[in-house]
Amino acid sequence: MSKVYIALQDNDESRYIVEAIEQDNPAATVIHNPAMIRIENEGRLEINRHTVEEIMGREWNIQELHLSLITLGGHVEEDDDSLVLHWNT
Amino acid sequence: MTAKKLSLKEKYSLLTRDLDWEYSYADRKKAFPYEEFEGIKITDWSKWEDPFRLTMDSYWKYQAEKEKKLYAIFDAFSQNNGHLNISDPRYVNALKLFLTAVSPLEYEAYQGYAHVGRQFNGVGARVACQMQSIDELRHCQTQLHAMSHYNKFFDGLQDFRKMHDRVWYLSVPKSFFNDARASGPFEFLVAVSFSFEYVLTNLLFVPFMSGAAHNGDMATVTFGFSAQSDEARHMTLGLEIIKFLLEQHEDNVPIVQKYIDKWFWRGTRLLSIVSMMMDYMLPNKVMSWKEAWEMYFEDAGGALFKDLARYGIRMPKFSEVIEKEKEHISHQTWWTFYNYGHAAGFHTWIPSDEELDWLSEKYPDTFDKYYRPRWEMAKKLEAEGKRFYTKALPQLCNICQIPMLFTEMDDPSQICFRDSIYEGERYHFCSDGCKTIFDDEPEKYVQAWLPVHQILQGNCGGPELEKILSDFYGFNVGADNMDMKGSPDEKRWKAWKGVA
Repeated sequence: MSKVYIALQDNDESRYIVEAIEQDNPAATVIHNPAMIRIENEGRLEINRHTVEEIMGREWNIQELHLSLITLGGHVEEDDDSLVLHWNT
Repeated sequence: MTAKKLSLKEKYSLLTRDLDWEYSYADRKKAFPYEEFEGIKITDWSKWEDPFRLTMDSYWKYQAEKEKKLYAIFDAFSQNNGHLNISDPRYVNALKLFLTAVSPLEYEAYQGYAHVGRQFNGVGARVACQMQSIDELRHCQTQLHAMSHYNKFFDGLQDFRKMHDRVWYLSVPKSFFNDARASGPFEFLVAVSFSFEYVLTNLLFVPFMSGAAHNGDMATVTFGFSAQSDEARHMTLGLEIIKFLLEQHEDNVPIVQKYIDKWFWRGTRLLSIVSMMMDYMLPNKVMSWKEAWEMYFEDAGGALFKDLARYGIRMPKFSEVIEKEKEHISHQTWWTFYNYGHAAGFHTWIPSDEELDWLSEKYPDTFDKYYRPRWEMAKKLEAEGKRFYTKALPQLCNICQIPMLFTEMDDPSQICFRDSIYEGERYHFCSDGCKTIFDDEPEKYVQAWLPVHQILQGNCGGPELEKILSDFYGFNVGADNMDMKGSPDEKRWKAWKGVA
């Protein structure tokens, strides 16, 4: 299985999103670089709207991710409740 | 009763697919004349997916918010004299290269997507190209705004358009996009959406921009990351495009593979300038070119090709050469610019002792053996007052237009050099990769505008080099070029910082 990854700008919004990702993907690795946070995981990574909303304490639209997103790797599946990155092999 | 809220999928369908209409009075084939030109077979355009399901209404909403954040930071940077907080004035030379070599590519991408967006029979593809076209125009504008602050204080940022069109080394990025835009619409998508966006922009916009933050340049890191968040959408789309083409018809597979082979090779050649920006031009370094290459090309690109193997797609041709090049290209490229520092629109320098040690540590198998001795020699000559500049004009590769500076990868003491004869004329190449591209479409590449040939033919305001640099390229000779040491940039910096 290959790694999928996502990189977010190191800003206030991202801290909550990263926390939500860590909660929902316990095996994920979080790497801090200047101005950015990279999260990678074998095969699959989920970002769930409900978890982000709970941690942020407000409503959060999954497409708000675009405001903090830098880059990603893997197939993307997006709907109203989650954004999933995955590889098929 | 309140109206039911549409799901993302429903909204996406209404605001993209349902925008299409049947043609009652025109032949669809005639309306989209380039669609069959390359031999690509499309059986069902409705299978085209945009995984992010971004529609114009949310696109404007989020892009506007991104722009507000971006310009707030530009303002703060400018009000706070942000240029005084950068790590070292040498850093700005990377921005000069960025402004002249990269920003015009964004504009070319904008024009390219506006063009191909008209060429597809499927509405999903047309909408996707339209949004990407607007993104690329935004990138060009934000880059110009971010760097305009530096133009008030440093030399070499005054005339990027003229420089892009005329300067010898800038023919490298220019020819890449000219080649893509002179291709059919599907080749353009494989070149730019897939090969360039999916694998190669990460190497430009992620570790280099993290490096910009590390060097105190908040304006650049902000436009870089803001642009790359659009690239994340473009990459996702690039991957979907490849899957779509491969799933539509098996006859598409060899055509797509040939495009991938060509554009990955051209892309790696284009990125040789980024390699030297990472290893030599960032005073505070984040990671070496080799490390960035392993992370974004080998690991991320490798995962991608493993996934595409089920369609019969293999790694790009010459990947084994590409793998060896990560040890060498930044050193070979920066050395060449150091040699031609009198003909560049930015300053060059010898790495400091600490930087040489960093390079030895990052490139333990090659740096001390092949490249450190050159810098030790250059340092000795400089100390004796004999900083040298190469006088001869370089031989250019007829495909990538880079001077013949790359070596055989198994023998870094030997310059790599290939040639082909077409209609009685001999053409020269830097590699098997570039020769293969030429041999496949010689009638296209014999038309290449090669700067050195044009200088020799008297088409660049010659014959004196100084006139070419000043009148034709638009350089302020003596200020924009030559060594960093002793330059007006360096003198001004020392005055601002109060150091002798």
